[in-house]
Amino acid sequence: MTIAEGSLITAADLVGGGVAGDDPDDRGRFGVFGGRFVPEALIPALDEVAKIYAEAKTDPAFISEFDHLLRTYAGRPTTITEVRRFSEVAGGARVLLKREDLTHTGAHKINNVLGQALLTKRLGKTRVIAETGAGQHGVATATACALLGLECVIYMGEVDCERQALNVARMKLLGARVVPVGNGSRTLKDAINEAFRDWVTNVDTTHYLFGTVAGPHPFPEIVRDFARIIGVEARRQVLELTGGLPDAVAAAVGGGSNAIGIFHAFIGDEGVALHGYEAAGHGVETGEHACTLTEGSIGVLHGSRTYVLQDDEGQTIESHSISAGLDYPGVGPEHAWLKDTGRATYHGITDAEAMEAFSILARTEGIIPAIESAHALAGTMKLGRELGPEATILVNLSGRGDKDMGTAMKYFNL
Amino acid sequence: MTTLQTVFEKARADRRAALVGYLPAGFPTKDGAIAAATAMVEAGCDVIEIGLPYSDPLMDGPTIQDAVHRALVNGTRIADVMRTVEGVAKSGAAVLVMTYWNPIDRYGAERFARDLANAGGTGTITPDLTPEEAGPWREVSAASGIDTVFLVAPSSPDERIQAVAECCTGFVYAASLMGVTGARTSVGAAAEGLVKRCRAQTDLPVCVGLGVGTGAQAAEVAGYADGVIVGSAFIRRLLDAPDEASGLSAVRELASELAAGVRA
Repeated sequence: MTIAEGSLITAADLVGGGVAGDDPDDRGRFGVFGGRFVPEALIPALDEVAKIYAEAKTDPAFISEFDHLLRTYAGRPTTITEVRRFSEVAGGARVLLKREDLTHTGAHKINNVLGQALLTKRLGKTRVIAETGAGQHGVATATACALLGLECVIYMGEVDCERQALNVARMKLLGARVVPVGNGSRTLKDAINEAFRDWVTNVDTTHYLFGTVAGPHPFPEIVRDFARIIGVEARRQVLELTGGLPDAVAAAVGGGSNAIGIFHAFIGDEGVALHGYEAAGHGVETGEHACTLTEGSIGVLHGSRTYVLQDDEGQTIESHSISAGLDYPGVGPEHAWLKDTGRATYHGITDAEAMEAFSILARTEGIIPAIESAHALAGTMKLGRELGPEATILVNLSGRGDKDMGTAMKYFNL
Repeated sequence: MTTLQTVFEKARADRRAALVGYLPAGFPTKDGAIAAATAMVEAGCDVIEIGLPYSDPLMDGPTIQDAVHRALVNGTRIADVMRTVEGVAKSGAAVLVMTYWNPIDRYGAERFARDLANAGGTGTITPDLTPEEAGPWREVSAASGIDTVFLVAPSSPDERIQAVAECCTGFVYAASLMGVTGARTSVGAAAEGLVKRCRAQTDLPVCVGLGVGTGAQAAEVAGYADGVIVGSAFIRRLLDAPDEASGLSAVRELASELAAGVRA
């Protein structure tokens, strides 16, 4: 089977397109980061996922099916939008938004989910579990499961269920069972623990549809490859629009999937700076933040060696962010590697800075971003002032803000 | 210090399986854990696993999660774990530390192995450390003279069992079922087959854990394994007890029942 003419995705797009040295080694390591730190019981399942994925990513039939879903279901390619009024608060720099908010379900998460749902079928499994923080990955997973006829169970921290109640209702409407997780910090990290417990119990029938570029090998690689289309498209679009590459690419970083998604196609472009923005919450000085890369230390969390918010004895420190999707004390190992090699730079953005950018984009451009994405916008405002009006900044507008109206109403007294 | 080798030699001479009991340090209190584990030894446990409380115990069920959470709320630190090991070792049992990898990694692997050996500990069980990542830990453990125990599961193919067994000293930990820790009404049917498959790969003793909680289950497992591992059932006794004294007699009673089981 050949890939339809004009298709979005080629095998090269999926596997990295020849960007040198950025695939993990056979133990799943990016430099010293990554690997597998999980119960032995899960190793055969991870091996199976890795094997089936390795076959799928070079199989034209799989690529064609993924491509078809992205095009006819997810709404790809997404456009880029030049935001001239917003650029006035960003030092006059030319700001281009990659509009992942316009995808079906309203966030970039749909890309990875469709890929992994197809993989679930290929694995011969009938049941899907997933964790969710903001609820976007849960909604996307429930959506793909409805589409492909898979049983779906979503683990979500009780705190997140409250602040993202709308997404809980969406998941239920889509036929998923939502299991509130009441232990630990009752947020994303605990939802991941609970999903792993389910997986080790039901691994025969179940695929763990991991939602970010963290976790044990091969998840960081698979999720990156399925999210990679964001940057592949954006790179072409920016070239077409401006005749050149952007000076910088900006994205929010929680677990890191939207950021890797847009960064990855640019890693080989030395002149393009990559900037990731973590949630500084109430400010790093207060200790209430989610700045894993900028304030954390190297450790092991959720099956992977990476930067972690932890105390002097390796106990995970609870993170804080107004944005549920960034409220995570770990981060994908490839980001840890991009940080340590200096290829990408990471910064903290406080709740207040993010909410200011959230409001500014709404008022200047008529686009209400997800609060996660607002962290990248706040970072862009600072970066634009540094780089000046000659610069072009590509920003991943990773999701839309509909789900955040409850938080916004409270925050702005609307 | 009692070694695992001594324990299994003695059990073999008695023509019975060894009894291994688990309890996290700091639960129900720092001193209470030492008292409870000591009571378990006095009533028949040959080996004690002291759990190192960790914030993200992703292979533990609700009972151990609850106990570990209480231990962390009690302010349990690695120094307390070492003190617990030291206290329990005085009872004459072989004492292991069961821990997720990150606390050792953060503490410093060499320092951890040395401190554990100095406390009279005989080794560690590391449930999320696989053969691929275990190299450095095996080296420093060997240098400090402590054993390294790793897990196999019903899902493990023979080549993984072989790889894991090659990393083990002391014994191989066979998880009886696919799932998290916690007592169950029946021991996994896969356990016996898994033990057989282990025996084809290694001469080390094979102990079975996960889901064992009664004397009858202990007797059943003792029929094919070298050791029977019980954790959540002890914790359940302590959680259900109205006070510390009745908790101690409850764990003592359970240890006696299990000790009779491994001798049946």
